[in-house]
Amino acid sequence: MSEFVLNVNGAPLHVNAPPQESLLFVLRNHLNLTGTKFGCGEGQCGACTVLINGRATRSCLIPASAVSNAKIVTIEGLDQNGKLTAVQQAFIDEEAMQCGYCTSGMILAATALLSKTPHPTDEQIVAAMNGNICRCGTYPRILAAIHRAAEARRGERAQLTGGAR
Amino acid sequence: MNDSEIAEFECFQDGSWGSSRLPDVHVDRRDFLKLLGGGLIVCLTPHSAGAQESGRGFGRHELPKDVAAWLHIAADGKVKVFTGKVEVGQNIRTSLAQQVAEELRVPFDSITMLMGDTEFVPWDMGTFGSRTTPTMGPQLRTMAAAAREALMAMAADRWHVDAAKLTAADSRVIDPAAGHSLTYGELTRGQNLVKVVSGKVPLTPATGWKIAGTPMPKVGIRDFVTGKHKFPSDIVRPGMLFGAVLRPEGFNATLDSIDTSAAEKMPGVKVVRDGDFIGAVAPDVYTAQQAVAAIQAKWTVPEQPSNANLFKVLKTATEPGGGRREGHLTGSVEQAMATADLKLEERYTVQYIAHTPLEPRAAVAEWNGSNLTVWTGTQRPFGVRDELMEAFNLPESRVRVIQPDMGSGYGGKHTGEAAIEAARLAKAAGKPIKLIWTRREEFTWAYFRPAGLMEIRAGVHRDGRLVAWEHHNYNSGPSALETPYEVPNQIIQYHPVKSPLRQGSYRALAATANNFARESHMDGLAHAAGMDPLEFRLKNLTNPRMRAVLQAAAGRFGWSNARSTPTRGYGIACGTDKGGYVATCAEVEIDPAARKIHIRRVVEAWESGAVVNPNGIRNQIAGAIVQSIGGALFEAILFSNGRILNPHFAQYRLPRFADAPQIDVVLLDRKDLPSAGAGEIGIIGLAPAVGNAIFAATGTRLCNMPMSPSAAVPGEPASPLKC
Repeated sequence: MSEFVLNVNGAPLHVNAPPQESLLFVLRNHLNLTGTKFGCGEGQCGACTVLINGRATRSCLIPASAVSNAKIVTIEGLDQNGKLTAVQQAFIDEEAMQCGYCTSGMILAATALLSKTPHPTDEQIVAAMNGNICRCGTYPRILAAIHRAAEARRGERAQLTGGAR
Repeated sequence: MNDSEIAEFECFQDGSWGSSRLPDVHVDRRDFLKLLGGGLIVCLTPHSAGAQESGRGFGRHELPKDVAAWLHIAADGKVKVFTGKVEVGQNIRTSLAQQVAEELRVPFDSITMLMGDTEFVPWDMGTFGSRTTPTMGPQLRTMAAAAREALMAMAADRWHVDAAKLTAADSRVIDPAAGHSLTYGELTRGQNLVKVVSGKVPLTPATGWKIAGTPMPKVGIRDFVTGKHKFPSDIVRPGMLFGAVLRPEGFNATLDSIDTSAAEKMPGVKVVRDGDFIGAVAPDVYTAQQAVAAIQAKWTVPEQPSNANLFKVLKTATEPGGGRREGHLTGSVEQAMATADLKLEERYTVQYIAHTPLEPRAAVAEWNGSNLTVWTGTQRPFGVRDELMEAFNLPESRVRVIQPDMGSGYGGKHTGEAAIEAARLAKAAGKPIKLIWTRREEFTWAYFRPAGLMEIRAGVHRDGRLVAWEHHNYNSGPSALETPYEVPNQIIQYHPVKSPLRQGSYRALAATANNFARESHMDGLAHAAGMDPLEFRLKNLTNPRMRAVLQAAAGRFGWSNARSTPTRGYGIACGTDKGGYVATCAEVEIDPAARKIHIRRVVEAWESGAVVNPNGIRNQIAGAIVQSIGGALFEAILFSNGRILNPHFAQYRLPRFADAPQIDVVLLDRKDLPSAGAGEIGIIGLAPAVGNAIFAATGTRLCNMPMSPSAAVPGEPASPLKC
């Protein structure tokens, strides 16, 4: 066992876990952040996607002890004081899910995409999201949700900069 | 009952039934009724004698034993509905609540559906076969309508007026003449009322629906975008440890020797052995899995079939005489074939495929003395309870199965393996245990969609009329085996087989296989007869519902202008089962140099009677189209000698974003017809429509699913196309 501190959703959290235990299972089983899902444990489905220093990352393949200096954001850390992010709201508005098990990973992957590419084309969305599996097959709705979130963020930015113009 | 327990029950109202915030695991049902507080309980008992009866004081009585469903209207007007059906992503939590709200005349958000907890919901066989909408829907509507009538009768008593002069709306009974009203809560306040319904109650026709029939969003959707929803694998119990199970090297293996000493020496590990069952528990998943990996076991795996000889096995391993043999014989196929102007005979196959729900089988088991509670993902909570009762020799009263809304199933989660394994580990460890199957376990130790061999021969008169149809299905099943076309001479036969691999339910069952074979064959006949495939189908169809979806899909797709070229093919197919009618048009792009195909556009028309939730159905149909791409083009379980050769997502390709075509769902709403289930049959149109599009473009008929695997499936001819 080893002791280390993870910076998750802006808070330092103390962990005592085997050094090889994956970030996914440390989040889920040691820190009780179960919003991050186990889908395959092989980095192939994206259900376990979290943001590590802003990058969409598979938490199932990384030992937690290896990211003790990184900024980790999970699905539980997106909404602020009950206000959902544009991506979360867009997934609701498009009802971009059926069972919802892939949703956490999809939202974090989409969040990373939009922070790098604020107005992605269909092709850019497909390229960025192709590692995330939705077995219920809601890809077209997720695509629509990402476009909707991009529009909403454009609107927010326009509001913020509106006074300066 | 103290206040804290009551407060915990209030958690039910957020819709997250089965979360870790549930009250203590064993609550007597009578205590539970007391906890619900005053109000009106309505039970539906389909088998009870007598039309309707009612009584008072449910706090002292058990509910009737054969109750099919029940609901409770509290003093604050909140409604709790109890049903044994489960929510697995098909959105029945929403659509059933819509139907109750409709008949009860209450706002949609006053309804909470309590589902899949064997302690509190009425027994139910399970959630499969598209039965929720056609059976549970009308049952809940009947119950809700009876509740509304009871409340109106109570108001009539209180006001000394004729109940027929009253109306109900927005959780109130209204006397329009007198200009006053009472809320449902006001009518029942301070009383414990029970009403038992067993007769027929007039239901609101779909043409009058205001809440049912609308695109209501998924209940509790916010919890899915914030990570708050607790899936079965998310349940946490105090003191819980984690389990892992030692798996044999292959199917039907026998254990020769085992050495667990290294695993037992690992700190925090307890090795569990119970007959052939061997596993380990530890404080964390990594250690539990390391412990199992450290167990030295030697197995003997017998020789078994593989993909290479699969269809030979299926053809010869039929159960002679015995078993279920569904089918029929009409007229004389022999005579009709002798005089047919055009004949076509073909053999079609489908491989075993895996459900691969993104949430693998998972369970949390907790023993409290000899009481067992298991949270698990299953389509059959009562079936899993039976399995647990048998495995641990427990009476029904000592086993509780709770099914939190789970990460899908597609027919794959009917059985309770993970529940039993977690319970074994928990019993030995003396602690609650969480067990989540690995993806490899999910691919290997669950069950598969059956492989199947379909042999069809058919004859057509020169005017395009079908005269003979013979269709044999080996192993995959009898669903949608009957042809929807008018054919005077038929032999239709299902041949059950001893399957080399463990197999079971899969979304739409064998309707996918049988429809692929039949609709591919129909396409082949149309081309051979020189007729347009749509025209050929319509010529041989009288069923107006099937004709309507075909024409709707073709119209939206622009079928009449679709001219296939060597690089772009257009195909059409239709089908029906379980009260759903589907027609699918597909546009396929082909790169002849790379031999690659890509499905570009799909139009699917769907009709399943009155639409309860158009948003939910559109989601189901579009999802079914995407899911079916896998089985149509690239999914196949590769196996040999009792071993699965591709038990990982890296080796077993699933539909991804890049595979999803542009999808257009045409929804036909037949308010004059009863609602049928819409979760399954949308899957059966795509494969033949795509195969037919490939044929239209290339002249090559692909008869084996998957039609374009990245590598040839042993035993199958290599496909000229790949994905």
